[in-house]
Amino acid sequence: MSVDAATVRKIATLARIAIKDEEVPPLVGELNQILDWVEQLGEVDTDGVMPMTSVADITAPLRTDAITDGQKEAAVLDNAPDAREGHFTVPKVVE
Amino acid sequence: MSQLIDLDIAGARDALAKGECSSEELTNGYLEAIDAAKALNAFITVLPGKAIEMAKESDVRRKAGEVGALEGIPLAIKDLFCTEGVLTTAASHILDGFTPPYESTVTANLWGQGAVLLGKTNLDEFAMGSSNETSYYGPVRNPWSMEGAADGLVPGGSSGGSAAAVAANLCAGATGTDTGGSIRQPAALTGTVGMKPTYGRCSRWGTIAFASSLDQAGPMTRTVRDAAIMLGAMAGHDAKDSTSIDTPVPDYEAAIEGGVNGLTIGVPEEYRVDGMPKEIEDLWHQGIEWLKAQGAEVKTVSLERTKYALPTYYIVAPAEASSNLARYDGVRYGLRVPGDDITGMYENTRAEGFGAEVKRRILIGTYVLSAGYYDAYYLQAQKVRTLIAQDFAEAFVDVDLILTPTAPEPAFGIGSKTDDPLSMYLNDVFTVPASLAGLPGISVPAGMSASGLPLGLQLIGKAFDEETVLRGGYALEQAAGFSGKPSPWWRS
Repeated sequence: MSVDAATVRKIATLARIAIKDEEVPPLVGELNQILDWVEQLGEVDTDGVMPMTSVADITAPLRTDAITDGQKEAAVLDNAPDAREGHFTVPKVVE
Repeated sequence: MSQLIDLDIAGARDALAKGECSSEELTNGYLEAIDAAKALNAFITVLPGKAIEMAKESDVRRKAGEVGALEGIPLAIKDLFCTEGVLTTAASHILDGFTPPYESTVTANLWGQGAVLLGKTNLDEFAMGSSNETSYYGPVRNPWSMEGAADGLVPGGSSGGSAAAVAANLCAGATGTDTGGSIRQPAALTGTVGMKPTYGRCSRWGTIAFASSLDQAGPMTRTVRDAAIMLGAMAGHDAKDSTSIDTPVPDYEAAIEGGVNGLTIGVPEEYRVDGMPKEIEDLWHQGIEWLKAQGAEVKTVSLERTKYALPTYYIVAPAEASSNLARYDGVRYGLRVPGDDITGMYENTRAEGFGAEVKRRILIGTYVLSAGYYDAYYLQAQKVRTLIAQDFAEAFVDVDLILTPTAPEPAFGIGSKTDDPLSMYLNDVFTVPASLAGLPGISVPAGMSASGLPLGLQLIGKAFDEETVLRGGYALEQAAGFSGKPSPWWRS
């Protein structure tokens, strides 16, 4: 499998990264170089092998479903590029 | 002050205990050394005011009889750990101005034991790299130099600033994080000790995420004893990280002098990779002989799927990164670049905020997780990861530790690999497999290349058996007697 210019543009859209026209050809080359190389994993026989979902041999811990933190509105908003009246702001999304 | 900064953690601890110096004096010595080492670009943020304040507080505590395991010891912190009220960048433009309102658990543990924060060290952007050249704040220069490399050598990565700071005596010790080798490989390239503990040993809470199933914090120090002291302070259960293991932290320092007599050391035949320089192979043999001479039994083991570790890593890690880095959207923190609409704002912010390597990995990760490719790439990689972990589990039935080189070559020239991502990735060929299996590993400086640069050997241990890894590391360190220090060309 290899990617072409249209696929690179599609992935960039999915990843929400703007790419310029002149960036596309080098990205096609670089991504294909990496994908060609990882392709070798296809030769490993993985029939009946469980995919690893956790490297640590632990079961997910449970805790009481209780509020332990909060009331930090100012701290939460403190790093926002633009925050007003207790809210994060974004460009207008509703006409 | 030069004598004070020559003390390692254990030495400084003794000097402080005997009252031969104060933490404030020690801290001042390091601040002067850092100020004179700007040419290394090891730090993104230096905190003279905060450091002196913390040192004074430590001196007061000591007078009151309160002495933590790292009381008064000045440390450098990789700029991937969130530090309350202190700029935290991950070496990325996209985190411009980010000042966390909270402290990472690992750093909070260090301050709880009395340590002093000197500053935040440079790294590859979001810890993605093996040379510290992807940093938005510019490359770090290795304190070690070589004739003919006019632009200097890389310190390795991603914890390159921490490694350089330790090698140049700009701190008593430093924190690093290791996802595929980011502690061990820079340690090898700078003649320092770097330890990646077992996944789950140190809390990941408050450490900026790269690949969450692999990321693990660890110490970077001048000696194995110092690594043991620091790890003891960093480790521990944390309810805020659900993958943090709830098990007691052993006294690591007490374990190091146990020796290797009676231990069985595995040597994996698959690590004899094509094109491995003879001096790396020779050092590996030397390491085997050193451990044998101290009473260890050496055995060949097979880690059959080793050659698939790197390609597995370069699917799993970018996949997780593409998901983790989705949070950088220009809304809640850091950089915002305007656009025509909200999507345009996201796309422009991420285009300008992320560097080339980070974008490459996000795109690869997005692709391998996308509909139609998920099974062929991501699921297959997760299955191969299971097999790689099984290979280690089988080998560890017969052996206590596994000995390998840390990196396939010594430090290389800045700019020499930046045009070829694949050749850069190959630098982690010996460190990535243990990361995929979640196992602890240490790199110990063990010799010099023909070009006069440090080389490291790696010991990999069983899960949560950091004690034996440190024991083996200490034995290697004693046998190697590595005492090289770079000549301080950077001092201004």
